[in-house]
Amino acid sequence: MPKVSLTVNGRTVSAEVEGRTLLVQLLREKLGLTGTHVGCDTSQCGACVVHIDGKSVKSCTVLAVATDGANVTTIEGLANGNELHPMQAAFKEHHGLQCGFCTPGMVMSAVDLAKRNSNPSEHEVREWLEGNICRCTGYHNIVKAVQAGAKAMAGAKAAAD
Amino acid sequence: MYDFAYHKPASVADAVKLLGADGEAKPLAGGQTLIPTLKQRLARPTAVVDLGAIKDLAGISVAGGKVTIGAMTKHADVAASADVKKALPALAALAGGIGDPAVRHRGTIGGSIANNDPAADYPAACLALGATIKTNKREIAADDFFRGMFETALDAGELIVSVSFPVAEKAAYMKFDQPASRYALVGVFVAKTAGGVRVAVTGAAASVFRWKEAEAALSKSFAAASLDGVKASASGLNSDIHGSAEYRAHLIGVMAKRAVAAA
Ligand SMILES: Cc1cc2nc3c(=O)[nH]c(=O)nc-3n(C[C@H](O)[C@H](O)[C@H](O)COP(=O)(O)OP(=O)(O)OC[C@H]3O[C@@H](n4cnc5c(N)ncnc54)[C@H](O)[C@@H]3O)c2cc1C
Ligand code: FES
Ligand code: FES
Repeated sequence: MPKVSLTVNGRTVSAEVEGRTLLVQLLREKLGLTGTHVGCDTSQCGACVVHIDGKSVKSCTVLAVATDGANVTTIEGLANGNELHPMQAAFKEHHGLQCGFCTPGMVMSAVDLAKRNSNPSEHEVREWLEGNICRCTGYHNIVKAVQAGAKAMAGAKAAAD
Repeated sequence: MYDFAYHKPASVADAVKLLGADGEAKPLAGGQTLIPTLKQRLARPTAVVDLGAIKDLAGISVAGGKVTIGAMTKHADVAASADVKKALPALAALAGGIGDPAVRHRGTIGGSIANNDPAADYPAACLALGATIKTNKREIAADDFFRGMFETALDAGELIVSVSFPVAEKAAYMKFDQPASRYALVGVFVAKTAGGVRVAVTGAAASVFRWKEAEAALSKSFAAASLDGVKASASGLNSDIHGSAEYRAHLIGVMAKRAVAAA
């Protein structure tokens, strides 16, 4: 079986996988990182979004072996100990979730957007989240949360600089 | 998904060798079509040849009135390229409208063109701009490349290396999204090129095609009003739960006019 070594949430990990093993299976089943969800398994819902080398991708549509040497961030990699990441805090504050199933993918997509655009308009947020499906919220509060989270991320970055 | 052997060659020559040695092997680009296909067991390759480590397959260059895009260049990189935005803004906009951000971060131009989905966007740009598709062994004009539903002129084991688009005087692409999949229900790419006006339609039929009546009308005068009274025929067009052939024929006219107005 092929061996794959990569960095996940800052930690170097290695695993033996089959050619057909998906990145999301490696994360959930071998590494126990079950925060990344599988909603559709047909590349449409975005529940499985993680970052590979800083860019949002659907981990159900990437082969694990293809990520050898890559830097992967999952929802578990965002918080700083008990302190929520500003985007997570914004989803909580603005009720950007109900059942929470879509939330890890929503937050990972949103963080990618916020890194490019610290003040996205409602339209820009909705366009960016086209590949993230939520069956509960009606999206309204998700959009509010993403806008607030993006501002908070920019504020936290400015404070750190 | 059935299992397969996995290879990650570092050069086009090695990839071609691996594909030549095993007729059941398949190249893997961004995987945004191939992986869902494998999951549904619609394909069962013995081996997957990942093109992701071949450095010279990715990249964009603009020279001699042509925009050349390497096969492994991601949709997001074409959409964000300052060079493409300047030379062929319609192409950058098209790439930025494919699927969603996560799909654009993985999906590639080579994979899209090799796949020739009847509702894919890039084939319309290739046909309307008169692109040339370069493979490991030859150059193929877009007019000869797209053969039918999911069918191209590529031989077994032949790899797309790059696609060259001649810069157009004016060009625009308008797509009416199928809202669930974001593929084109109907997409129309119009281009005023050195070789004349070309209009390519995707999403409407089994494969991308040129709308010759519109080209003739726009050749007289490149204005939306030139298409008044020019009607696309519904004969042979797709009909499904999202739209009848007549509806698609109507959309072709609407999208073509919008594209001319935007070009
Ligand atoms: C949710 C979703 C929405 C989408 N929406 C759109 C859309 O709106 N418009 C659109 O056009 N597309 C859309 N797509 C498809 C997307 O653009 C794909 O990325 C693209 O069709 C295939 O490119 P890929 O790089 O992922 O190729 P892969 O999936 O890796 O490969 C596709 C096929 O091409 C072959 N291949 C790949 N590269 C080469 C090469 N260099 N030479 C020869 N053969 C090769 C493979 O063997 C395979 O048969 C969508 C996909 C998803 C999952
Ligand atoms: S589980 Fe990956 S997109 Fe739905
Ligand atoms: S909160 Fe339930 S799916 Fe989004």
